[in-house]
Amino acid sequence: MTAVMFTINGKTVKVDAQSDAPLLWIIREHLKLTGTKYGCGAAQCGACTVHVDGKAVRSCQIQMSQIEGRKVTTIEGLTEKGDHPLQKAWIVEQVPQCGYCQSGQIMQAAELLAKTKTPTRAEIVAHMDGNICRCGTYPRIVRAIERAAKEA
Amino acid sequence: MTRHDLKLSRRGFVKGSAGLTFSFAISGFLGARPEALAQSGGLAQTISGWVTIGTDNSILIAAPVAEMGQGVFTTIPMIVAEELDADWSKVRTYFPPPVPGLFGNPRFGGILHVVASMATTGYWDKVRMHGAQARRVLMQAAADKWNVPLTELTTEPSVVVHAPSGRKLSYGEIAKFAVVPKEMPKISEADLKKPSDFRIVGKSVARLDIPDKTNGSTIYGIDVQVPGMVYATMLRSPVEGGAPEIVDDSETKKIPGVTQTVKLRDAVAIVGSTVEAVFAGREVLKVTWKGGATAGFNSEKALPEYAKRARTLEEKGLSYKQAGDADAAFAKAAKVISSEFMTDYVHHAQMEPMNVTVSVNEAGDAAEIWMGSQAVTVSIGAVAGLLKTKPDRIRFNQHFLGGGFGRRAYPDLPVYGAAISREVKKPVKLIWTREQDVKAAWMRPQTAHFLQAALDDKGAVIGWRHRVVGEATTGYSQPARLEQAKGLDPLTLEGAEHLYEIDNLSVEYLREIRGTALAAWRAIGSGFNKFAIESFVDEIAREQGVDPVELRLRMLQKHPRGRTIIETVAEMSNWKAKPAEGRALGFAYADVWNTPVAGAAEISLDRKSGRVHVHRFWTAVNPGIVVNPDVVVAQCESNVIYGLGQALRERNTFVDGAIAQSNFNDYEVMRMSDVPEISVKVISTPDRPTGIGEIVLPVVAPAVASAIFALTGKRMRHLPFTDERVRAALS
Repeated sequence: MTAVMFTINGKTVKVDAQSDAPLLWIIREHLKLTGTKYGCGAAQCGACTVHVDGKAVRSCQIQMSQIEGRKVTTIEGLTEKGDHPLQKAWIVEQVPQCGYCQSGQIMQAAELLAKTKTPTRAEIVAHMDGNICRCGTYPRIVRAIERAAKEA
Repeated sequence: MTRHDLKLSRRGFVKGSAGLTFSFAISGFLGARPEALAQSGGLAQTISGWVTIGTDNSILIAAPVAEMGQGVFTTIPMIVAEELDADWSKVRTYFPPPVPGLFGNPRFGGILHVVASMATTGYWDKVRMHGAQARRVLMQAAADKWNVPLTELTTEPSVVVHAPSGRKLSYGEIAKFAVVPKEMPKISEADLKKPSDFRIVGKSVARLDIPDKTNGSTIYGIDVQVPGMVYATMLRSPVEGGAPEIVDDSETKKIPGVTQTVKLRDAVAIVGSTVEAVFAGREVLKVTWKGGATAGFNSEKALPEYAKRARTLEEKGLSYKQAGDADAAFAKAAKVISSEFMTDYVHHAQMEPMNVTVSVNEAGDAAEIWMGSQAVTVSIGAVAGLLKTKPDRIRFNQHFLGGGFGRRAYPDLPVYGAAISREVKKPVKLIWTREQDVKAAWMRPQTAHFLQAALDDKGAVIGWRHRVVGEATTGYSQPARLEQAKGLDPLTLEGAEHLYEIDNLSVEYLREIRGTALAAWRAIGSGFNKFAIESFVDEIAREQGVDPVELRLRMLQKHPRGRTIIETVAEMSNWKAKPAEGRALGFAYADVWNTPVAGAAEISLDRKSGRVHVHRFWTAVNPGIVVNPDVVVAQCESNVIYGLGQALRERNTFVDGAIAQSNFNDYEVMRMSDVPEISVKVISTPDRPTGIGEIVLPVVAPAVASAIFALTGKRMRHLPFTDERVRAALS
């Protein structure tokens, strides 16, 4: 067991776990922030996307030992009230169906908007293509990102 | 609904009632309704099992159908609210306890079960009645209070009105004094609203589950944590039904956190204190397996054998549909067109890997289950069966489903979970890895089709023959149902019927027995049967130089709903116009479960790589009365994309008895870059609502195949149209 200290959603936490434990399970099961989802465990689907030091990463691929002193943000911490322009646009465009992938989609999209204020359609698709939505909400995700970019 | 509200109702469900239920306490189960409202509004009245009115005018309506993305958490309560004449802005919804009868789907004999797009259509009459009864109870209470005849009362949204005296009482005010009668008032058809008077049904209402799905607070089965629980995962026999013979768990047990392994009928469970430990333990577990139903099966070798059976008319199949005299029609035909199609195995690949949390009691005769399930009552029964106890000893807590598509319509996970929990004597959260989810997929079977059309000298289709060869889907999961159907598998044959007006017709089924695990998969047999039928219709038309849309209209003289849908999509897609250079259009029509649908695809393709690009897809549906139009549009979009997956990429294969694929890298589903611009038109007619969750899917593959033909003159006969297959067809 290793003790690791890092910041999650603005709070400093100390977690005891195996050094090779994926950050995903630390977030979900140890810290009980279940908005981040397990989909594939192999960086194929993007359901587990969180921000580490502001960068969107697949938390299933990050090990405990890599997280000491880092700043992790999950969907629960994206904003205090869940009112990020993307979250508001997601509701207006009625994006989610089953909803399981949507935390990852929003975290991935948030990185895009942080870098690129008004992304083109092609930039959106290129940035989002690693995130699978099995319900096929892609057309609405695109619309919601465009709306958020406009209204942010 | 706010985040806060949903939490209240959910917590109420788990913790149980403090006892503010005035009536209709549901024996054996804990009610969430009253105290969830009490915390927001003081007192509450449960008017029926379905409706609870808060004294603050809040309204809580049951949503008993599994919410897997199709919007029923909102749409079923909308129907109740319509007849209740509720102010929709005050309505919240929740998963009620799984009381069969009260909350069950009449279409499935009153059990809690959802498959085959049967929720809205199955619950329609029942929930209208419950809403109307609750309204009548409130009106009667007001009539008694005012001492006026019931007939003088009307309602406005959430208000009872006595027009002659100008008096009004809100539903919340009535909830303060109303006494709910022991027997609910009788409601007749005439007491229900006319569709023209609907205020809620037919409007695009924002889905109540969406806000929580944007902030991570929705609780899916996989998110459940219960006190004292341990984690488990499974290594299932790679060969379907194989048994663990020798288990070497020495490496597994060295992993910190792994506590034990448990031998199951066809799997070994790894149990421990963390997910990461049991997942790592699974990687190093060594098991020698014995037997299994798919031993030695190589699906790619087998499929041509299916095709051979299909075209060998000497072997008679079971007759599924018959009209006139097909043999005679073929004997006198001026021309016969014959064609073959094949389709591969596909599986659901729902985003939330299969999981369940189960707690079996010390005595091993009762259990509590937490999961998201399409098959609640069946799961309760199956776990009761395992524990040799009564269903009322099993408590079930429904959760949101991270996708279902048919995969969550079976009780396999709760039975595994209960078996493990009974063994380790602790609550167990069982999570399958994605690899396990793929390797132990329950699939749509691979199939082969032989079709023939008999044409008279004017080119009219006078005879139709379709022979479907494939495994019986129910043969795996519901053998009794297959027996009842006398071998005519209702799932594999779904959609092999059609409405085309052909006088002489024969549809036959030839069953394969290969031992694979099979399940209802979105649109069930219609996915492959409509691919074959509609591709063939396109082929008949092109062979004769007739417009494929025109041929369909000629064969649907007596079906105005179908004709309208076809004409609508022809117009939307500008069917008659010449497409841009390098592009082509293809068309298909279907009528599964009485919802006519048509689709048109515009494609281009890269001849070198063989990659098909679908640029546009147009579709129109007519599901009768439309409850929530935007939800229908969303389902149509979802169908197009899910349908493109099985049309272009998705396939499972068996090599030496085991599924060869393992994750999203080799089981490719549609991504954002694959998605066309989708246009949907929803036509509403005052017919009883029909299903929508899987209606458009069947037209997707044949529309794409027809477009490929229009562009290249090559007919794609094997689903999916992988790059490799397209290259082969073009070479």
